[in-house]
Amino acid sequence: MQAGSIIEAKGGKMKPAERLKIPPTVMPEQDPKERIHNVKEVPLGYTPEMAMIEAQRCLQCKTPFCIEGCPVGIDIPGFIKAIEQGDFSTGVHVLKQRNLLPAVCGRVCPQEEQCQAVCVIGKAKKDPTKAVMIGKLEMFLADWEREQGVYATPPEVRKTGKKVAIVGGGPAGLTVAGDLIKYGHDVTVYEAFHKAGGVLLYGIPEFRLPKAIVQTEVDYLEKLGVKFRYNFIVGKTSPVEKIVEENDAVFIGTGAGLPRFMRVDGENLLGVLSANEYLTRANLMKAYTFPQSDTPIVKGRTVITVGGGNVAMDCARTALRMGAERSLIVYRRAEEQMPARLEEIHHAREEGVEFHLLNNPVRLVGNDKGWITGAELIKMELGKPDASGRRRPIPIEGSEYIMETDILIVAIGNSPNPLVPSSYPDLDVTNWGGVIVNEVTGQTSVPGVFAGGDIVLGAATVILAMGHGRRAARAMNLYLSSGRWTDLEDGLELCRAEVR
Amino acid sequence: MHVILYKETLGPDITLYRLYAPDVAAYRKPGQFVLMRISEEGERIPITLADVDRDEGSITLIIQSVGKTTLQLAQMEVGDSIPDIAGPLGEPTHIEKVGHVLCVGGGIGTAPLYPVAKAMKEIGNRVTSVLGARSENLLILEDRMRDVSDDLIITTDDGSKGNKGLVTDAISKLVENGGKFDQCICMGPPIMMKFVCILTKKLGIPTIVSLNPIMVDGTGMCGGCRVTVGGKIKFACVDGPEFDGHEVDFDEMMARLNTYKSYERVALEHYSEETGCRLEASLKQKGAK
Repeated sequence: MQAGSIIEAKGGKMKPAERLKIPPTVMPEQDPKERIHNVKEVPLGYTPEMAMIEAQRCLQCKTPFCIEGCPVGIDIPGFIKAIEQGDFSTGVHVLKQRNLLPAVCGRVCPQEEQCQAVCVIGKAKKDPTKAVMIGKLEMFLADWEREQGVYATPPEVRKTGKKVAIVGGGPAGLTVAGDLIKYGHDVTVYEAFHKAGGVLLYGIPEFRLPKAIVQTEVDYLEKLGVKFRYNFIVGKTSPVEKIVEENDAVFIGTGAGLPRFMRVDGENLLGVLSANEYLTRANLMKAYTFPQSDTPIVKGRTVITVGGGNVAMDCARTALRMGAERSLIVYRRAEEQMPARLEEIHHAREEGVEFHLLNNPVRLVGNDKGWITGAELIKMELGKPDASGRRRPIPIEGSEYIMETDILIVAIGNSPNPLVPSSYPDLDVTNWGGVIVNEVTGQTSVPGVFAGGDIVLGAATVILAMGHGRRAARAMNLYLSSGRWTDLEDGLELCRAEVR
Repeated sequence: MHVILYKETLGPDITLYRLYAPDVAAYRKPGQFVLMRISEEGERIPITLADVDRDEGSITLIIQSVGKTTLQLAQMEVGDSIPDIAGPLGEPTHIEKVGHVLCVGGGIGTAPLYPVAKAMKEIGNRVTSVLGARSENLLILEDRMRDVSDDLIITTDDGSKGNKGLVTDAISKLVENGGKFDQCICMGPPIMMKFVCILTKKLGIPTIVSLNPIMVDGTGMCGGCRVTVGGKIKFACVDGPEFDGHEVDFDEMMARLNTYKSYERVALEHYSEETGCRLEASLKQKGAK
C-alpha cells in the first residue's frame, strides 16, 4: 500500500510529501562526559516548538498501525494531531484516555518494537529509527502537563461499593488501580516496599526515569481515591486467603523479583551482587547520595555487569555514576542478540561502557578476605539457532582468561516472585513459577482472583505489564458488575466494541 | 507510623522498644523478623522480633546500638514515630514436641530466642537454656528466659555472673553430666553459632540457628542475604532466617557480613559530624536569643 493513499484527506494543511521530508527531531541530551557524573535524566525533553515540528511528520494514517502496535491502544494520531495544533491539553486528554502513566511509558517503552516499528514514515524511509518519534512526543505531553501543575480531575463516579485489592504497586497494579477507581470501585493497593512504583522505583535508574515523576503518578492515583497500604507483604503480613475473602476481587501483580544467579564457583564472594540488589540500593534507597542517605553501595574501579538486557545496561551505567573508571558488559552472545533496547546500548556506549561480547564467566576468583578480584571468562562462538531463534552461543575450549574486577553484577534475568504463589497453593502456576491466567481476562485458577504483569510473563516490560493490567481491569469490572466468572471472556467480547 | 510505646535500657547500648505495629503483630509467629526504616533517608535493617502483644497491637524489639541507624534509633523517645516497619518476614520456627530442647542464646541473640523457647515450652517440651554474654551487664531477658525454662545456665566470658567461660563449655558439661537433648536452638553472634554447631554436630544434637545477614528488601528480591546451606544457595529472608546449623557455611556468612564495614564507618562519622554541627547550630541560635 502506498503511504499517500491512506492519509486522511481533511488532516493538516501540509502535503504528505512535505511531511515526509521533515527529518526526525533529535531530542537534546546531556553530554555523555558530564552525565556520568550525575544521576540527572539523560534526555532533556522537547521544547513545544520541537514537539510541534515532530508532530508534523505524522501522516495521520486512516488505518493507524501505530495504535495496533501499542499494547494499551493509545490513540497515537489523535494526540499527535493535537500537538501539531499546539493544543497540548487536548493532547494530554487523548493520551490519558488509554494510558495513565504516559510520563513513564514515554521514557521506558520499547517504541521501536511497538508503535514506531509499524509507523508508515519509518517504513517509507526503510529505517524504523526514522519513524515518528511517538515515545518522545508522549514524554513531551506528559511532562508539559506535570509542569503546568494542573491535573484534570476526572468526573465524579457513582460508587459501586465493590472492594478490590491490588497486590503489588508496580506498573501492572497501578494500571488496574487507576482503571478500577474510575469505574467507581473501592481500591486498595498493598505494597511491600515503603513506596509504590515497583520496578519503576527500585529498578529503573533515576537518569532514565526520575523518581519524582513516578511519585507524581502515584499521588494522582491517591487523589482519585486509591488507597495505599505500604510495608504490607501479602502472604506474610496477612494470609493471601484473608485478602481474597475480604475483597470482591483481587489482582496479583507482584512482578518478577526473584534474581537469577549464574551458579558458578565464587558467586558468593564479596562484591558480587544481583542487579536487583545493585539497582535497589542505588535507586529506591538512593545510595548515590550516601552518606546523606544511609544505604551504602559497593564501589570499585572496575565493575563487570554480566548480561545483555536493559537491566544490564542500567547497572553498567549506574556503575559509572558510582565512580567506576571502567564499566564492562560481559555477554555470552553477540550484539545482534542483545535484548536491550538500541537506545540503551547507544547511551551506554556513549558513556564509555565497554562491551565484551561472546564472553561468559565460568568462575569467579577472590582474595583471602573473600572479595572478588576477577572473573574467569570463556570466549564463545555462535552456533545454530536455538529454541528462541537466536544463534546458540558455544564455548571455545581453551579460551579461558581472567578479567580483573572489583565488583561483578549479575544481570541475567529475574523469575516471578514466588512469595504469593508459594503461600497460596490454590493458585495454579507454570513449572517456571509464572501464575497461569486466561490471556484475555487475566483470570487465575481461583474465582475472583486475577493476575498480570511479570508475575505472569516473567521479566518483560513495563508497557506489557500495563497492557495486562488494562485487560484485567476491564474483565474485573465486568466480573464485579455481573458476578459472572465462567465464560467471562465471552462477556468481554460482547462489550468490546463499546469499550474500544 | 509506628509510635514508640515503651523504651527500656537493658544494658550498655542495648535497648528494648515496644512499638505500635498491629499489622505486624496480627500474624507474626516465633522466629520471624521485620525490616525497619527509621527516617526518609534511612536504610532498611532487619530486626528479629522478641515478642508481640496482639491486644495492644504492639511488637517488641531489642536492639544493640552498633551503627548509624541503631544509634539514631536510640535517640528516639516514647511518643516518637518510626515511619516504616515491614513484616512479619521469614519462615516461622518449626515448633514441635520433640522431648528435651536446648536453647542457647548469646548476647542480644537471646531476644529472638525467647519467643521460640516460650513456644517450645508451651507445646510441652522440657527446656534447658544456656545464656552467654561477655559480662553480666550484657545479659538480657534472664528472668523471662527463666520463666520458660526448666533449667537455666548462665555463662560470662569474664565470670562476672554464672559460670566463667563460653556457652560451649556449659553445653559440654551438661552432656557430660548425662544431659540428653533432642534438639538445640541457637541464636547469637555468628562466631558463637559456628562453634556451638561444631560441638552439637559432634554430640549428635540436631541444631537450628537463626541468621541475620545483610538484607535490603527482605522479600527475596535482592539476594544480598544469600548463604550457603548444605552446598546450596539459600536466601535467609525467605528460605530462613532459620537453618540447619550443621549445614551452614559460617565462614562465608561471616565474611559477607563485612561487605559494608568500611561504608558503615563512613556513615557513622558522617552522622556524628552532622549531629555535632546541628548541636552547634542550635547552641548558636540559643545564644543569639
